[in-house]
Amino acid sequence: MNTMTLSAGEAIPAETKATKPAAEPPSVKNQAVKRPEEIASTVGSPFCDEAKLRMRNVNVFYGEAQAIHDVSLDIGRNQVVAMIGPSGCGKSTFLRCLNRMNDTIEGCRVEGELSLDGEAIYGPKVDVVPLRARVGMVFQKPNPFPKTIYDNVAYGPKIHGIASRRAELDEIVENSLRRAGLWNEVKDRLDKPGTGLSGGQQQRLCIARAIAVSPEVILMDEPCSALDPIATARIEELIDELRQNYTIAIVTHSMQQAARVSQRTAYFHLGKLVEVNDTETVFTNPEHELTEAYITGRFG
Amino acid sequence: MTDLTQKQVRERIAARLASRHRKEKLFRGLGIASIAFGVLAVLVLFTDIISKGHSAFLQTDIQLEVTYDPAELGIDKIDEESLAWANFDGVIRASLRERFPDVSGRRDKRELYTLVSNGAGFELRKRLQDNPELLGKTETLWFNADDDVDTYIKSLSKSDDGFLGRTSEQKVVWVQALRESGELKKRFNTTFFTNGDSREPEQAGIRAALVGSLFTLLVTLVLSFPIGVAAAIYLEEFAPKNRWTDLIEVNINNLAAVPSIVFGLLGLAIFINFFEMPRSAPLVGGLVLTLMTLPTIIISSRASLKSVPPSIREAAMGMGASRMQVVLHHVLPLAMPGMLTGAIIGMAQALGETAPLLMIGMVAFIVDVPHGITDPSTVLPVQIFLWADSPERAFVERTSAAIMVLLAVLITMNTCAVWLRKKLERRW
Repeated sequence: MNTMTLSAGEAIPAETKATKPAAEPPSVKNQAVKRPEEIASTVGSPFCDEAKLRMRNVNVFYGEAQAIHDVSLDIGRNQVVAMIGPSGCGKSTFLRCLNRMNDTIEGCRVEGELSLDGEAIYGPKVDVVPLRARVGMVFQKPNPFPKTIYDNVAYGPKIHGIASRRAELDEIVENSLRRAGLWNEVKDRLDKPGTGLSGGQQQRLCIARAIAVSPEVILMDEPCSALDPIATARIEELIDELRQNYTIAIVTHSMQQAARVSQRTAYFHLGKLVEVNDTETVFTNPEHELTEAYITGRFG
Repeated sequence: MTDLTQKQVRERIAARLASRHRKEKLFRGLGIASIAFGVLAVLVLFTDIISKGHSAFLQTDIQLEVTYDPAELGIDKIDEESLAWANFDGVIRASLRERFPDVSGRRDKRELYTLVSNGAGFELRKRLQDNPELLGKTETLWFNADDDVDTYIKSLSKSDDGFLGRTSEQKVVWVQALRESGELKKRFNTTFFTNGDSREPEQAGIRAALVGSLFTLLVTLVLSFPIGVAAAIYLEEFAPKNRWTDLIEVNINNLAAVPSIVFGLLGLAIFINFFEMPRSAPLVGGLVLTLMTLPTIIISSRASLKSVPPSIREAAMGMGASRMQVVLHHVLPLAMPGMLTGAIIGMAQALGETAPLLMIGMVAFIVDVPHGITDPSTVLPVQIFLWADSPERAFVERTSAAIMVLLAVLITMNTCAVWLRKKLERRW
């Protein structure tokens, strides 16, 4: 049982329980984990008008085991969508479908329609290299390359041939580090190894590295789980700033974080998308009993 | 489950504490003992080899006053043909007769002539060839003593009588006379490092085998490292995991365990009989050793590729790097130290390999230092084998000396590997 309680208490007013559907069987709260087939279709509003990423009926299999069941979701332009849910619910798997990082996993199969600006993500003719340049990724554990800070940020522009001259490259590196809020801390030691930075700095370096190729979407897989609260706060501020220019999908275990940074929240459970709604709705007035059970800390 | 009080728990822990500590001590003791055993074995090996072999680096030389007498040589001018015909041995003999004028009788004289190595004549010829103006002049030179004399002199330091062997009483008298007058001395054995093999121990050297070994290793390294690394990268990074790649993996592991003599037979059948490559050549030796070291290199390269943290791969892939860029920019630099270690282990194995090279003719008696990878040559371990097999007592110390040279090459190689690894190693 998850003992986590919401410190952001104002997000869940006491009257939450009063607004939920009355027909709910009381047993659900006690044995909250259901089998996937018991979860009916997604409640809330999974679709939006100006979708940057459009996913329809996505199924993901690891060999025989099905990790994602029939998920449909839109991620709107310049929107931060948080994906929450208990461990093993498939939110990371789903996130990794969006830039085809699952391709590298042996036996992983993705079905369904996924498109970025109307262009298919999966398909025999789709090249993952330009796709991943458009859909950047920040991982759970900060993973800078064992190279200098400069080379870490310059790597993407170099391999994609974005900057041809050194001066151009310098500019990209500086801008990316500035936008990641790291410039002032590292400007005097750009030639030092990126692995020598602190955890929070490393993660911001990874964000700088991701935005150096000017992606349209940034996927973040629990970007703050290895960081202390101060570093976390800085990353969260950063995510909010980045929203001006990028579409962001973030997987997180911290409900406060989801509440603070996202506009929409998607709740996953056992490989199914249970509920998608405006973040405020999800945390104040969840439609589905599982969502409510999760955010009130009855399981996780 | 019974509820234990905190006191009971503490007592139970305390009761087992002594035995736990004892076991830990025992375990540590075992570790230290095994290390001590290893160190002892190495010490015994090194002491034995060095104590037997160090004397080979000194050679008993005899000083003689030689006269390049045209009459004795039977020539009147210096050119290739007359040098080939000239009787340099006669000059040496004349000089020995002059040094010991009392010796008379055919038998005694013949005995006297064996004081000096029968290679002395060749040395003289070379000297005259390089300095033609010496014809008709006299000079004092040092010559290698015969191996029997050398063995006798060296054995004197171990016992008062010394090892006589084939050395006659009379010869001992001459040797003592030369020794007292300072005309017989132990000097640094340059011959050992400049000559190839010889039937005469005092003329036998390690150079041909050393150069042969280096050529063979060069061929092996140039072929096996790129092929091995490429195979490992393909299998680890690109190949799909299916029945075929499993089969390949099993076969590679099996190949690593195949006796090396089998590779020798394979080399003989394929490279020499089918492709008609030259026998006894470092090229063929290198090819055979490549077959032998490839599994080692592939296995260790795969292991070091596997040890590269997957987060680095993901990071690069997430940036949109192609698979080849991921491998070349990130995985390979991190795996390189491990790959080098594997390659060096493979090379060290190849350096010490004897059996397969016997099959392809590198056991031949090779006197000349090879100048290329197709020249007939032998290698250090085969040379050691040949000398260990020779009856002359003076070859005993040369065998050990050759082992020392082999070990020196090995240590040099390993030092280079450690240095390279230190240089390439990056922390993450």
